[in-house]
Amino acid sequence: MKRIISILLENEFGALSRVVGLFSQRGYNIDTLTVAPTDDETLSRLTLTTQGDSQMAEQIVKQLYKLIDTIKVVDLTEGPHIERELMLLKIKAQDNDSRTELKSCVEIFRGHIIDVTPASYTVQIAGDSEKLDAFIEAVSHMGIMEVVRSGVSGISRGEKFIRA
Amino acid sequence: MEHLSGGDILIRALKDVGVTHLWGYPGGAALHIYDAIYRQEDVVHLLVRHEQAAVHAADGFSRATGEVGTALVTSGPGATNAITGIATAYMDSIPLVVISGQVPSSKIGQDAFQETDMVGVSRPIVKHSFLVTKAEDIASTIAKAYYIASTGRPGPVVVDIPKDVTEPNHKVLYEFPSDVKMRSYQPSDKGHRGQIKRAVKTLLEAKRPVIYTGGGIVIDNASKQLTAIARRLNFPVTNTLMGLGGFPGTDKQFLGMLGMHGTFEANTAMHHADVIFAVGARFDDRVTNEIEKFCPMATIIHVDIDPTSVSKNVVADIPIVGTCNSVLREVMLLIEQSSIEQDHDALKNWWEQIDEWRQANGLYTASRYEESSGDIIKPQDVIKMLYKVTNGKAIVTSDVGQHQMFAAQYYLFDHPRQWINSGGLGTMGFGLPSAMGAKFAFPDTDVACVTGEGSIQMCIQELSACSQHNLPVKIINLNNAALGMVRQWQDMQYNSRYSQSVYEESLPDFVALAESYGHVGMKVTNFDELEDKMRECFAMKDRVVFMDICVDRSEHVYPMHMPGGSMRDLWLSKTERT
Repeated sequence: MKRIISILLENEFGALSRVVGLFSQRGYNIDTLTVAPTDDETLSRLTLTTQGDSQMAEQIVKQLYKLIDTIKVVDLTEGPHIERELMLLKIKAQDNDSRTELKSCVEIFRGHIIDVTPASYTVQIAGDSEKLDAFIEAVSHMGIMEVVRSGVSGISRGEKFIRA
Repeated sequence: MEHLSGGDILIRALKDVGVTHLWGYPGGAALHIYDAIYRQEDVVHLLVRHEQAAVHAADGFSRATGEVGTALVTSGPGATNAITGIATAYMDSIPLVVISGQVPSSKIGQDAFQETDMVGVSRPIVKHSFLVTKAEDIASTIAKAYYIASTGRPGPVVVDIPKDVTEPNHKVLYEFPSDVKMRSYQPSDKGHRGQIKRAVKTLLEAKRPVIYTGGGIVIDNASKQLTAIARRLNFPVTNTLMGLGGFPGTDKQFLGMLGMHGTFEANTAMHHADVIFAVGARFDDRVTNEIEKFCPMATIIHVDIDPTSVSKNVVADIPIVGTCNSVLREVMLLIEQSSIEQDHDALKNWWEQIDEWRQANGLYTASRYEESSGDIIKPQDVIKMLYKVTNGKAIVTSDVGQHQMFAAQYYLFDHPRQWINSGGLGTMGFGLPSAMGAKFAFPDTDVACVTGEGSIQMCIQELSACSQHNLPVKIINLNNAALGMVRQWQDMQYNSRYSQSVYEESLPDFVALAESYGHVGMKVTNFDELEDKMRECFAMKDRVVFMDICVDRSEHVYPMHMPGGSMRDLWLSKTERT
């Protein structure tokens, strides 16, 4: 099953490479990875998604904790959580019909058209990964030129939070 | 408060953290540091002949004493040569700090002369690593490095220092931190009380228990606690290769080593056990054999400092994360307080069963090999002789292969830190430099390096370092003129096709070689002269002696796990199996 693992990490030299290296070293896959400093710039928040059963997820969490730079690790999939991913797409839009169809599709998916040329639309969509997959499928016949996905970010629901 | 250069700060910080000596090899990027070493007398530097040996020597020192070992190398090839040593220490959880010079900060990433990304190259085999970017950070980084290396599950830490950071003309204020605090690293030590209570109940109710302990007992100096619990409960004890000496080897409750080349009684008892008390061990594949068939009836209690070791290979029924010392103390306390009566009848039956196994197929009660006579010297008999001549009191280091297994099986280690070998990584070349480290720590104790003609040639250049630093170790070379363990596997699995495991006529004259370094060389070809020559060897307290002993090439290490089997599925000799 898909796992969303959230890590609070010292924003130190080599910290990210240690996390990434751990995955290849131990034979785990990373499906998506996003990382950025938090409001406290000495800390990075890293979210990654991977596949695995609960025993594997437990081992991954323990291995991540073992890294010296790691402050907190949470498997978000263990509890109620919200996930979001941002996607930018460049799609062919040359005639009126395709422009109209694309606009309505974007509306249905509550996205935005953020750039326009005579031959293309650039679209921004946010949501969980399945929603983004569904949008790609909905517009794939129109000629997708480029897809950029941010990878999953996640946060737990309710009052639980992760801080140093 | 003093202003010092980065090089001086490094050496001062090493002194302030308690380092008395380090092993190393100079080179361009480390020259400012070497100049700082030259200008002081507090920290002694021991020059080796290859950086791998510097790390192994620091490692041997650490294993013999429990202190953190220190090595210093230059950038590029110096750093990469250190890698095997670092990986060796990492696999066996040995606390080391390895300091590497690096090209100047401005040259990093430019493929400069002798540039290697040391932090990158070493990443998978270190507990942690640092790249120091300014002289002001050196002292605090050194304090952190030693703290990280020695606490929690110990391991090697790399500190990579670009040359400009140690520049002599750039002086900054020297301040050594009084205390190390890291918000991201706070190793726990005490185990979960509720889990420990469950464990104690399970132990007291056990009918066929085995205590299985590993390197954790040795590293955490928990032998006394282990021995007290084993005696109090009257439980049999088996040790892993890394755990030997953790429980007295001559104790009647000791079953010998377990695992691939473990004793029949240890492996068979494990298979039939109803409770396994695993402490500071990690269910390595060389212990468990086929994991699906591992100890089918056992409730497993697993104590380890590292949560990732628990339920990694074998799922623990009662996992306890904590140091061996603190958990065993708590276990003993709860045993004393408990009202549960042990099932003494069941334990009596269990011991009778174990004694029966021992009598039938034990390593020390039944002869598992033909005896030596004349010019047939059995390698096992050499180890037995070594035990006899050193009264079981030597520190024994070993290389990797058949000789390592014979030493583990036949030298009965009564004390922790007496047996020093590369168990996890299996590094040939480890024996001689680690013996140097041990001899440096204990100049008045006999230090024997049990090796083979294959392994010794992987670090034989250190015979020169032994002369320079007056480290009179004894080298017991079990010379069978073949890579014995490789050959054994080729006999067993490749129909005796000896692919690249023999040297034709190319072996050196080890006696002449030792003499050329200024040492004593001895060749032994007849069993009748072995004892006298070995006594002569150990009588020469202040000389390195290289004993080249020609042993029977056809000998295999037994018992041996049958591939794909359970713990009790063993070859007992070339023709007998369980």
